[in-house]
Amino acid sequence: MKSLGFRKLKNAGMTLVMVASTVAVLIPLILIFVHIVRMGFSSISLDFFTQIPKPTGETGGGMANGMAGSFILIAMASALGIPIGIFGAIYLAEYGGKRISNVIRFGADVLSGIPSIITGMVAYTLLVVPLKGFSALAGAFALALIMIPIVLRTTEEQLKMVPDSLREASLALGVPLWRTSLKVTLRSAMKGVMTGILLAIARIAGETAPLLFTALGNQFWSRKLNEPIAAMPLQIFSFAISPYEDWHRLAWAGALVLVTLMFGLSLSARYFGRAKKQS
Amino acid sequence: MPSDAETRRWKLERGVSGDYIFKGVTVLFAFSILVILLLMIFEMVGESLPSMRKFGWGFIAGREWDAVQGIFGALPYIYGSVVSSILALLIATPLSVATAVFITELAPNKFGGTVAALVELLAAIPSVIYGLWGVLVMAPWLQKTVQPFLMDHLGFLPFFKGAPYGVSMLAAVFILVIMVLPIITSITKEVLLAVPQSQKEAAIALGATRWEMIRMAVLPYGRSGILGAVILGLGRAVGETMAVTMVIGNNPQISLSLLSPAYTMPSVIANEFAETTSTLHASALMEIGLILLVVTLIINALARLLLWSVTRERKGGSRG
Repeated sequence: MKSLGFRKLKNAGMTLVMVASTVAVLIPLILIFVHIVRMGFSSISLDFFTQIPKPTGETGGGMANGMAGSFILIAMASALGIPIGIFGAIYLAEYGGKRISNVIRFGADVLSGIPSIITGMVAYTLLVVPLKGFSALAGAFALALIMIPIVLRTTEEQLKMVPDSLREASLALGVPLWRTSLKVTLRSAMKGVMTGILLAIARIAGETAPLLFTALGNQFWSRKLNEPIAAMPLQIFSFAISPYEDWHRLAWAGALVLVTLMFGLSLSARYFGRAKKQS
Repeated sequence: MPSDAETRRWKLERGVSGDYIFKGVTVLFAFSILVILLLMIFEMVGESLPSMRKFGWGFIAGREWDAVQGIFGALPYIYGSVVSSILALLIATPLSVATAVFITELAPNKFGGTVAALVELLAAIPSVIYGLWGVLVMAPWLQKTVQPFLMDHLGFLPFFKGAPYGVSMLAAVFILVIMVLPIITSITKEVLLAVPQSQKEAAIALGATRWEMIRMAVLPYGRSGILGAVILGLGRAVGETMAVTMVIGNNPQISLSLLSPAYTMPSVIANEFAETTSTLHASALMEIGLILLVVTLIINALARLLLWSVTRERKGGSRG
């Protein structure tokens, strides 16, 4: 047995190592965050929200078309992905046998780990090639594929927490199972389900890789859904790797807007999540 | 006894037939997960066939990538992906596990919660923004400060030879470390929270110091879960596209030096897939995508099985 003094010294040493590691983990993350906020605030202006990008060489311009494009893409992806995720979750929580439910859960977990660029390639072969062109539709489809497993898994977790007595009470009153599922079970889990939806939206709002060869991006406004469409992450990407100082500024401003959106969504998701636990 | 027709009408009025439709819809959507997975594999294999037929297994070993002559070999990209992710994981794992232990075992409750929330919030930052910071802030800093320093002091090693470009394998490793830290930390934290209090109390009661308790009771109990977290981080690193593409320099060469630019599988897809010059070119990129898909499928399946075993034990434990 080693002496107590040595063991205490070792304890202190390892405590120091762990504190130092935590600091080392937080420092770069905080540096990045502070840098985005600083550069973002010094670059952002009203033009950023109202103008589209200026041609190379001209100063000014904004990302209005990118913001609108991202909004349209997210809205379309949500319209497709959220119902599929929620109804799939209802199957797992209310109907599915143990084995098949586990297979689907496993599939969802694995699916959400597939690199998003592959989702983009698949959307390309399924929609861009047959429709003969890059389009907002293909971009939204790729984003929906990313949303589905996230919404499904979080919704299912929430549905499983609803007590059976609620379901039984509703069924005993003669309410059919499907109405019970929608009006009683899903409704009482709604706050938690919202958390999942917000997190899924936060995830796809920043996705860039799956849009590279589906939505493609657009310097101008898009008029139709079967045309290439601008999206904020795509614009940040192309401006960041461009050699122009002015475009870098736009990219920083875009990053600030995106990070603000992301934190807003995460915080409201947390708010919903917390409300659920207290009740 | 009511007649069949009556029963049917009663069922209709009560909406019982709605149950069948409703169940049908939920079944359809739940199984869509499996359909999507199979469809992905099917499409990727199908689109890769021309390249597979042309190059066979040589595709994986080939070093040449020439779209004009139609010669495609994936080795430089595979090399870049493997080296960048493994190095990033080697650096990130100890830091993340130590941080998770700090959050769960050492920090006062409130403070630990704040650190955990901060880490999770930072995990939500999109990769293109990490890339933006990487290419505009980190790469110039590496070029001016870190790389010359490494060349001066460790230049005798083959890993630190060459010229300081900024964008390089080293930059990719750094950015990947920063990006997988929050993921491994937050999952490891969840795993460590599942360690039963009684285990820890037993260690303390035997006179263990806090570190001894962590080493004897906490870490061994969470071992498979931590491994799952690390493998999940690996999956993320291998598939990471935007941030790596922006800082790695995109040069398909196999070089021991961490200072020279390299290329990864997702990066070459991101850079070339929208503007392929021939069907064979597109097919070769698809085959790279297929390799990536197979690798990440295996990685994720493994990680999930490990993590599931931990969380299931936790549920069983709390009941008993």
